[in-house]
Amino acid sequence: MSANKDYRELEALARRGRWLAISTVAKSGAGHVGGPFSAMDLLIALYFRVMKVDPQNPRWSERDRFILSKGHSSIGLYVVMALRGLFPIEELKTFDKGNSRLQGHPDVTKLPGLDASTGSLGQGLSVGLGMALGARMRGEKYHTFVMIGDGELQEGMIWEALDIAPRYKLGNLTAILDWNGLQQFGWILPIDEEHRGDRKDPWPGIDLKGIFERLGWQVLEINGHEFSQIIPALERVKALGDTDRPTMILAHTVKGKGVRYTEGKYEWHSKVATSEELRVIAEELGIEEVAA
Amino acid sequence: MKAMRDVWGETLVALGDTNENLLVLDADLANSTKADKFAKAHPERFLQMGIAEQNFVGAAVGLATVGYIPWLSSFTVFFTHRALDPIRMLVAQTQANVKIGAAYAGVLTGLTGKTHQDVEDLAIMRAMPGMTVLAPVDRHECEAAMRWATEYQGPVYLRLARDVCPDVFDSNYAFVPGRTYTLKQGKDVLLVSTGPQSARCKEAAQLLDHQGISTGVLHVPSIKPLNGHELVEACEPFGLVVTVEEHNIHGGLGSLVTEILSEHAPRKVVRVGIEDRWGESAPNEFLLDLFQLSPARLSERVAKILRCTKS
Repeated sequence: MSANKDYRELEALARRGRWLAISTVAKSGAGHVGGPFSAMDLLIALYFRVMKVDPQNPRWSERDRFILSKGHSSIGLYVVMALRGLFPIEELKTFDKGNSRLQGHPDVTKLPGLDASTGSLGQGLSVGLGMALGARMRGEKYHTFVMIGDGELQEGMIWEALDIAPRYKLGNLTAILDWNGLQQFGWILPIDEEHRGDRKDPWPGIDLKGIFERLGWQVLEINGHEFSQIIPALERVKALGDTDRPTMILAHTVKGKGVRYTEGKYEWHSKVATSEELRVIAEELGIEEVAA
Repeated sequence: MKAMRDVWGETLVALGDTNENLLVLDADLANSTKADKFAKAHPERFLQMGIAEQNFVGAAVGLATVGYIPWLSSFTVFFTHRALDPIRMLVAQTQANVKIGAAYAGVLTGLTGKTHQDVEDLAIMRAMPGMTVLAPVDRHECEAAMRWATEYQGPVYLRLARDVCPDVFDSNYAFVPGRTYTLKQGKDVLLVSTGPQSARCKEAAQLLDHQGISTGVLHVPSIKPLNGHELVEACEPFGLVVTVEEHNIHGGLGSLVTEILSEHAPRKVVRVGIEDRWGESAPNEFLLDLFQLSPARLSERVAKILRCTKS
């Protein structure tokens, strides 16, 4: 938890977001928890401090763009959008139900405020590249943010975008790697290997910073759960504006962050909490409301 | 006579002259596909995206969100196989205003063989919800279809041939999505075809006429949408319909015609095309004979089908 008072409000929102995510998943009987929790602080920072967003006009042409390329973390994005006022919090209970705007994986044709359909991993950064290039060509000032997962980074298509974006010097494009160290199943963690998760890191000991820099990206490395590091990094890339390099933010995170039950445990990638677990989790998050 | 790839390149230039929103994205094949003509005429709207077809599909979707009309240019195989998932999820599902210029479709790919010969694309693309699938026969129809697709709001897949395609239409031709075109009247058998194979069918029909087999030819440039009533009406006078396509007999035009006729006007349909096998690198004439798609081989095949049907 940050010592900085400025971030207390954001920390409270993040706790509320985690509660809404895990309780919504519990109510719908399916969904993801680990990824939404690792991304929650980053999402709160984007929607409450960094991005230009108009809750009254989700399709505002000057809005900053955000693509959740790791689309299975949709519930994390939905709760943050709801908290930000882009749609009623009440609507979260339609998640994954028939006729819902809140699809298991984000559907741009259904929910205003989304910028892309995602869920097939590896695709979001390419769309973001096109949005940033389009902004450049049109003289538009919006910034494009794309969140990718560390498991997702195994997809080849991302590496195509990582290669091409710097060639167009897209300083108005920022990728955020939610490097939570776990994927859905992955590889066994050798007993003598130290790790924040209970399976092997998708990129164990690999110098991603050096790789991205050599491809032509500006790389910032932060703790993805410390608003005192998240906010300055995101504000810096926005303030730089359309410079000559796209930015990659390596956000070191913990899968399932925020709740002891779920932290660092791969099985919480997608798992439904029991009512007993929800009671403990609510207490830990300081939520008074308990799941019905 | 112009190769279809030249028509494609020149039409992109002409469309770009009058529509400043038109972009061309290349996956490092512009000097094969002839999109390089656009690169020369409108360099600021030609985007080289490298040998990375999945990414260039996604980038086009992003560009379309700010009102650009991106034409993607690459070989057919690299769309319908390499970049299929981005086309499915990013383009078709979202109804993005992205146009796919699928060059070198079918088996006539300029001595490149199995890797480059896409005989599954129609099956794949027509099964995709929300995708418009067009296969023009000649330069007039190619140009008209490109003009229509550029104006149309939504995804379009345009199946293009590499080489010279004999004229079937003239400069008065106007493309109407879904329409079918009778290229030749006949009484005994109707050949239904698509893309440049329709022109070869017309030649085959003339050979058959000389043998006393009165042969009609129906051209289907619009695989999806398709006006089923028109197709049924055209087929109804014939006891035998032969579909002919430079495509696998599974899932393409033959399947499409069979589906519609079996529901609305059941009759004998024989599918001629690539019979579920791989191609090879060889001159066009060799390949057309090999797959019984050349006018001479096709007319022999149709005469034989007719004999077998009667006996």
